[in-house]
Amino acid sequence: MPLTLAVRDRKRSPEPPVAISRAASAVAVAALVALPGCDGIHITFLDPQGPVAAQQRTHFLIILGMMAIIVLPVLVLTPWLAFRYRYGKHNAYKPDWNFSWKWEVLLWGTPAVIVVVLGVFLWRNTIALDPYKPLLTSGPPIRVQAIGYDWKWLFIYPDLGIATVDELAFPVGGQLALDLTSQTVMQAFFVPALGSQIYAMSGMVTHLHLAADAPGRFRGRNTQYNGMDFAQQRFEAVAMRADDFDAWVQKVREAGPLDSRARAILAAQNTAQEAAQNLGVTMPLRFGSVPPDMFVQTSQPVAAAKP
Amino acid sequence: MSRHPGLNLDASHAPAHDQAVTLVFGFWVFMMSDVIVFGLLFATYVAMSDALAGGPGPHDLFELRTVFIETLLLLISSLTIGMASLSMKHERDDARLFIWLGLTFGLGLAFLSYELHDFASMVEKGGVPSRSGWLSAFWALVPLHALHVSAAMLWLVVIAVQVLIFGQDSEVKLGLLRLTVLWHFLDIVWIGIFTIVYLGELG
Amino acid sequence: MTLHQFLDTAFGRLGWDALPFWEIVRHPHDGKAWLNGLIASGAASLVVFGALAVVVMLTRRRWWRSLWSGWLTSVDHKKIGIMYVILALVMLARGLVEATFMRAHQATALNDTGFLTPEHFGEFFTTHGTIMIFFVAMPFLTGLINYVMPLQIGARDVSFPVLNSISLGLTAAGAALVMVSLVLMPFSTGGWSGYPPYTERSFNPGAGPDYWIWAVTLSSLGSTLTGINFSVTVYKERAPGMHFFRMPLFCWTALCTSILMIFAMPPLTVATALLALDRYADFHFFTNDLGGNMMNYANLFWLFGHPEVYILILPAFGVYSEVFTTFSGKTLYGYRALVLATMCIAVLSFGVWMHHFFTMGQSAELNAVFGISTMLIGIPTGVKIFDWMLTMYRGQVRLTVPMIYALGFIMLFVIGGTTGIVLANPSVDYQVHNTLFLVAHFHNMLIPGTLFGMLAGYTMWFPKAFGFRLDEIWGRRAALGWIAGFVLAFFPLYGLGLLGMPRRLHAYVEPAYLPFTVVALVGTLLIVAAFACLCVQLWVSVRDRDHLSVRAGDPWDGRTLEWATSAPPPEYNFPVVPTVESKDPFTHEKLDGKALQSPDDWQDIEMPRNAALGLVLGLVGFLGCFGLVWYMWWLVVLAALAGLGAVIARSFTRNTTKTISADEVRAQYMEWLENVRALPLTVRSQESSRANNGRAMPVMKEQQ
Repeated sequence: MPLTLAVRDRKRSPEPPVAISRAASAVAVAALVALPGCDGIHITFLDPQGPVAAQQRTHFLIILGMMAIIVLPVLVLTPWLAFRYRYGKHNAYKPDWNFSWKWEVLLWGTPAVIVVVLGVFLWRNTIALDPYKPLLTSGPPIRVQAIGYDWKWLFIYPDLGIATVDELAFPVGGQLALDLTSQTVMQAFFVPALGSQIYAMSGMVTHLHLAADAPGRFRGRNTQYNGMDFAQQRFEAVAMRADDFDAWVQKVREAGPLDSRARAILAAQNTAQEAAQNLGVTMPLRFGSVPPDMFVQTSQPVAAAKP
Repeated sequence: MSRHPGLNLDASHAPAHDQAVTLVFGFWVFMMSDVIVFGLLFATYVAMSDALAGGPGPHDLFELRTVFIETLLLLISSLTIGMASLSMKHERDDARLFIWLGLTFGLGLAFLSYELHDFASMVEKGGVPSRSGWLSAFWALVPLHALHVSAAMLWLVVIAVQVLIFGQDSEVKLGLLRLTVLWHFLDIVWIGIFTIVYLGELG
Repeated sequence: MTLHQFLDTAFGRLGWDALPFWEIVRHPHDGKAWLNGLIASGAASLVVFGALAVVVMLTRRRWWRSLWSGWLTSVDHKKIGIMYVILALVMLARGLVEATFMRAHQATALNDTGFLTPEHFGEFFTTHGTIMIFFVAMPFLTGLINYVMPLQIGARDVSFPVLNSISLGLTAAGAALVMVSLVLMPFSTGGWSGYPPYTERSFNPGAGPDYWIWAVTLSSLGSTLTGINFSVTVYKERAPGMHFFRMPLFCWTALCTSILMIFAMPPLTVATALLALDRYADFHFFTNDLGGNMMNYANLFWLFGHPEVYILILPAFGVYSEVFTTFSGKTLYGYRALVLATMCIAVLSFGVWMHHFFTMGQSAELNAVFGISTMLIGIPTGVKIFDWMLTMYRGQVRLTVPMIYALGFIMLFVIGGTTGIVLANPSVDYQVHNTLFLVAHFHNMLIPGTLFGMLAGYTMWFPKAFGFRLDEIWGRRAALGWIAGFVLAFFPLYGLGLLGMPRRLHAYVEPAYLPFTVVALVGTLLIVAAFACLCVQLWVSVRDRDHLSVRAGDPWDGRTLEWATSAPPPEYNFPVVPTVESKDPFTHEKLDGKALQSPDDWQDIEMPRNAALGLVLGLVGFLGCFGLVWYMWWLVVLAALAGLGAVIARSFTRNTTKTISADEVRAQYMEWLENVRALPLTVRSQESSRANNGRAMPVMKEQQ
């Protein structure tokens, strides 16, 4: 099922199990989320800001709803059984009773049916939300090449010839088409409010597609532990109106080039702030020009030992 | 009569038979976990067969002639150790047993010498494990087999010494029986190495 | 050779900087260095002074000899089982302290504050995970199986008693290595899964990952041997008449777990060995360069890692099965279905490993297949839950301590199962992978699942092992504390995960996280209190052991063979090997009036003699691995030679068994029998009172 269909589904009318689980979990979600984070950054898919995250939340709630069919009876019946058949109640005791076909069919049948239903959802959504597949939204894709460093992300805009560190801007209405690799150990790129996470690994390229419904700021980060300043490896993804984005690009173009000195500083173990400091520039760390083959070079399998 | 097909223990002592069966069964289970180790190393080898990283490849490093000789040596040694365990089952004299054990040991030694020669020539041609992922996989798999063969040969010596001290008592018999299992197993692993590592890469 | 060269050879790369207070010496004006140095030094002193105190006590009470011959060199499965459980409880204490530090840190880490340094925090989550999996859960379940399974199948011992003590030696050596890393730092910061390339030499050249590699390797070798031993025992040592389908469910789960160990531990050994080759010999399996590929590690590790989850959970399922039948006074509902479900889980567990890395970028179809295979495991697991509930149905349920754990387990486990299904869906997993949601999920499976099961088993079989019950009041406090503490500590983590908080996070800037981390800290403190209750319970019970005595051996109206023998059982378990005619054999014996009979056919019993091989191999394993960690090559060579020598020397030992004469066995048994026959029968209403003398009136008779 193409994603657009799914998105339209969501907007039209929720399917019955969705409606139930929606209602049931609305309270839980409200309790969980300070909407949005106090500094205006969206941090979670429970407060979805893009079609992928919204789909994921719906799927999540469907699973909770379906599983409630099993969980709720267990939660109620377990204490009830222990109380009803407590020691000393003489009348109901049947010590040798150990089998009943009626029960057996129910015991195996209920979870099996639930797994089959959930399996259908699983298959459809896994194919539909494949992060490698472009989203079928209108507007041109913004290509971004993300390189994971210790402990920051470099975002290269190959079509614009610019690059930023820990700052991922894109126009609303388009979609982010990310190619990812790592210059160091394995990392995971994740913007929860927009959609999926994906690993970035040295010598390999992975792909991810994201989009935002409206302008906004979203927390992004590496979620795969990679040492000392892992916690600092967070960034902001910013969805802008088209003219704001153009203005932003112009501003980035004014910054210095990503030359060999800058590359060496990025390759060292430091945070974005420290890298900016070492380069002698102020945050945010931006580059007005990038060597065109930088991502390809970084994502090549490393043939020789590193120094 | 013996309840275990592989050996003849004290006829009078039933619990000893039960224990023997359990011991040999346990050894088979142990071999099963070893099969997994080798299986995973084979899988790793296959997965890394393209990871040459610009280093020397199979055609530069392997000599099929010596590998073929090694295969023959190991196959014959399986025969001789089989003869050793047969001679023990039929309770022939120690001398006959020693001849077969000695032959097996000699064949194992010859196998290892040829293999060491292979390894040395690979190192000479730059085929060291630190050169590439493929070479790493090779050096983890094939020498581990050689290590197993060496351990089996040490076990064989220990058993021979025990025959000298205790005669062919049931512990010695059970030891040889398990060693035979191990030896045949190493033979099978070697055939895997021969076909997957050597023939597979050169073919 | 100069002195300098000599010291280099002798100590390898071990230097002053390995000492826990070295950071203070290096940065004497840094407050954080002081605080972290003090925490580390405190932990190190606990290890050193704790060890010293034990040595002093053993010497002053002249216990060395009995420790040596009664425990360390004993190959009795019961003694080995008890030692495993002691190891697990000691390591559990450390794991809990680490958890408390991490939670306390995160509760104070808003806006990048917090009191632990990033390195220290990294070591905490790595040792916590490594310890809880390999040195708490594994030894605990191995200990329980060791103690109970041979008794339940009517055997005198496991098939290979000396191998059993070798397994214990290797496991203890691994645990000792983790403990030593407190004194000679650092440990790894790579997490319990030790993913390369982070743990490769190019990124982490220090001793930390090496400690992790060797500790885990030792434990995996020990567990492989355990798996072989247990499975052969179940196949070959069952008493006459104990058909497979008469075995207690605990034995079935023990069998399945052992088979999983045989197949699942080697992948771990291979993964750590290849990582060691990378680090020590410059191989390139998982490096970034020269053709290495870390994805191979992920595959190897989770090929172990997922079956490992079921290694951990199945024995607990076995315990729950015993708890529900015993304390409901009723035969197990759906015995065959439960056996089938156990087998299904064991087989399916090998087909799901890829769900640990849905986010690695493989095709959507592959992810979907592995997602569905993962959900399939939910079916037999659900069936088990219902079977236990139906075992209570129309029973005589007593809310004893094991039963409290079991009820808590059922109710919490279905919630963990739900989140497991959530994680099995790749499209949702893309959102919660690597977050605290995942952490909450597996703790939800491992604490109410495995640990509650182990504690229930500990409470249930303690009287069998020592002849007196554990104090009921403190036991209830502990059980309720664990349940409430678990809920408070881990439900907030679900919330944090849904809010996008990654696992292993040292600091954060999102104020929304703060309330959750504070509640989680409170829950953790409650769990610590529950653990303290367990310690008090043990102390109180030992103090009051005469009042709690159940020497007759059957305090819970047990249904299986282990309750038929005395408490504690004699070395040879049963004076005469029992003949089994049905499931729940002891219940039928009691109802038919065939219990407590004196057999007429007495025979000499042959038992294995003590052996020091397990102790020796554990010791050389520890020393050799310690040498490997610090590059003391002489120690490695010496240890390897000593180990090889010990094994060869052992193969020359011929006199490995001793005989206990029929007269002695009969005398011991008759004396016990006479005492027991003089005791009044205990009805179930007196079960938790001091009137419980271990001679049970069957609840079925009571209700007639």
